[in-house]
Amino acid sequence: MSRIANCFEQLSSTGRKALIPFITAGDPAPAHTVGFMHAMVEAGADIIELGVPFSDPMADGPVIQLACERSLAAGTSLSGVLKMVAEFRQSNSDTPVVLMGYLNPIEAMGYEVFADRCVEVGVDGVLLVDLPPEESGDVAPLFRERHLDLVFLLAPTTSEERVALIAKAGSGYLYYVSLKGVTGAATLDVDSVQAKVDTIRKHTKLPVGVGFGIKDADSAKAVSAVADGVVVGSALVQRIADNQGRPEVISGQLQEVLSAMRQAMDAH
Amino acid sequence: MSDLPDFSSVPDERGHFGIYGGRFVSETLMGALSELEEIYARLKDDAKFRADFDYDLAHYVGRPSPLYFAERLTEKVGGAQIWLKREDLNHTGAHKINNTIGQALLAKHTGKTRVIAETGAGQHGVATATVAARLGMKCVVYMGADDVERQKLNVFRMKLLGAEVVPVTSGSRTLKDAMNEAMRDWVTNVDDTFYIIGTVAGPHPYPMLVRDFQCVIGREARAQSLAQADKLPDALVACVGGGSNAIGLFHPFLNDESVSMYGVEAAGDGIETGRHAAPLAAGRPGVLHGNRTYLMETDDGQIIETHSVSAGLDYPGVGPEHAWLKDTGRVNYVSVTDTEALNAFRELTRVEGIMPALESSHAVAYAEKLAREMPKDKMIVVNLSGRGDKDIHTVASLDHIEV
Ligand SMILES: Cc1ncc(COP(=O)(O)O)c(C=O)c1O
Repeated sequence: MSRIANCFEQLSSTGRKALIPFITAGDPAPAHTVGFMHAMVEAGADIIELGVPFSDPMADGPVIQLACERSLAAGTSLSGVLKMVAEFRQSNSDTPVVLMGYLNPIEAMGYEVFADRCVEVGVDGVLLVDLPPEESGDVAPLFRERHLDLVFLLAPTTSEERVALIAKAGSGYLYYVSLKGVTGAATLDVDSVQAKVDTIRKHTKLPVGVGFGIKDADSAKAVSAVADGVVVGSALVQRIADNQGRPEVISGQLQEVLSAMRQAMDAH
Repeated sequence: MSDLPDFSSVPDERGHFGIYGGRFVSETLMGALSELEEIYARLKDDAKFRADFDYDLAHYVGRPSPLYFAERLTEKVGGAQIWLKREDLNHTGAHKINNTIGQALLAKHTGKTRVIAETGAGQHGVATATVAARLGMKCVVYMGADDVERQKLNVFRMKLLGAEVVPVTSGSRTLKDAMNEAMRDWVTNVDDTFYIIGTVAGPHPYPMLVRDFQCVIGREARAQSLAQADKLPDALVACVGGGSNAIGLFHPFLNDESVSMYGVEAAGDGIETGRHAAPLAAGRPGVLHGNRTYLMETDDGQIIETHSVSAGLDYPGVGPEHAWLKDTGRVNYVSVTDTEALNAFRELTRVEGIMPALESSHAVAYAEKLAREMPKDKMIVVNLSGRGDKDIHTVASLDHIEV
């Protein structure tokens, strides 16, 4: 069983939901990322989404745009990000790692080389924001052969017909983007999230994670009541932005945010 | 008999031009793009829609634009005849309006109440603000902060027309960043907003529909050549930013084997300096802004900042159909430096009394080179995509003159 499937199974057997933090790899500098990853696991993260920085992050709001800029300015590359995962795996063999980003850096590396490297270093899944299932014909088989999960997004604008299509194409889990907008935008509306997640569940047995607009323990708790996983990104990345040059402070703050979410999500 | 590929076969139903094009966007936009595709498929051959489009082009834009024989320039250069397709004479001063008229008609059919656009030189922004004013729609234009500075006149025009101009300070502060920001706006406001893309780039169906709207240039030029010169041109020349004025001129001639075609990219300080905006000359295929095409990127797949004296050519990508046409060999893609373009700007102004946009000056510069190598009985048609009023500040400041 894949690390991701195993993770969701264990959680569901104890009645818990996945806490899935997102940070941009290499922000504020490549040397710090692995430390942040371990710190987040310690604070209760179940799966880590690691952002691959891109020069033109079209789907991201200002917080993650700036994270990409800091990371690239510090010299982060896709092969650098893969090395970070390899280093993380030296002392963590359980926590799934999903790379999240845009297609172009992957295309530049070459899909097959990338897929091989993912397996080598212990990446479990890949989420490409600008790769809808319709365009994934070249990539999907390469990932499938290697048991790498290809995680797709669903949005409030996704028709039920497309929900069915995406549910069939995706593996690992599905990621529901809770609002129309970029990352870090306003707050979400739990009732409409619930309605959409119900629709998604009609078409799939895959776990459903929800992200965009989750900022604090309260929103994490509310979303965890309707989804299998809660993704938190900009709220963490903002802590990194506020404390550049002080990695210990960043680790502490990431843990603070995540512990509070963990507690709120686990309390019944 | 002919080895030419079937040019009418692209894009396929998924928007692919060979390996290029496609629809690489976040899921939130997939619904809106399918909706646009359906509306366009329904309307494009609809008699009423075509009649409305033609009416606006005739009575609002002022088409057909003349095909003008630049006799004095031809004499001065001393080679093939240089003819100018006068898109600079269109309402608002460039070819961009052909497309915004078309997309505005589509927007009306979607029932959306707000339009957005990205702009580099400001010509597409002005053309969008113009159609929005006419339809009484709210209009927001994204423009790189550096371009806001170098195209001040157009910024003020857009404001007069009632548009909100948002300077974009992220990334390289030019056209690509304006496009990123417009995409972000669209994702957020997709329910009530129509995105009027200004060139043959972006996700399917934009490269196709912008091409179709701009093809009026080539259809007219073809008929005018036959009527005025009694033959087809021997060569076509157009500048290539995203590639809309070029595809508009080229496309109706693609099956005319005797007509050679030259797309002119911006070589900036020179291709060898790396400071340019010529992805077809010096880039490689990748994915940006919703389609696969030639891009200027690092080995790592990060997009490189471009450089051109002309804001409308300062873009690291190019429309996917041009990428495909390059690979088929049907169109030659060449480049012209800032200096060469500025020289052509001055020369056309002084010799013909026509002040071209700096974008179009790239095409003029290349046409002059080409004319020199061709006999006098040959005919070159240059797409004079826009007029140069907007560039007076740029030229003056290069001359250290304050206006
Ligand atoms: C006058 C003029 N010509 C050409 C261009 C380049 O665009 P395209 O390559 O899409 O024609 C612009 C863009 O702003 C323009 O204003």
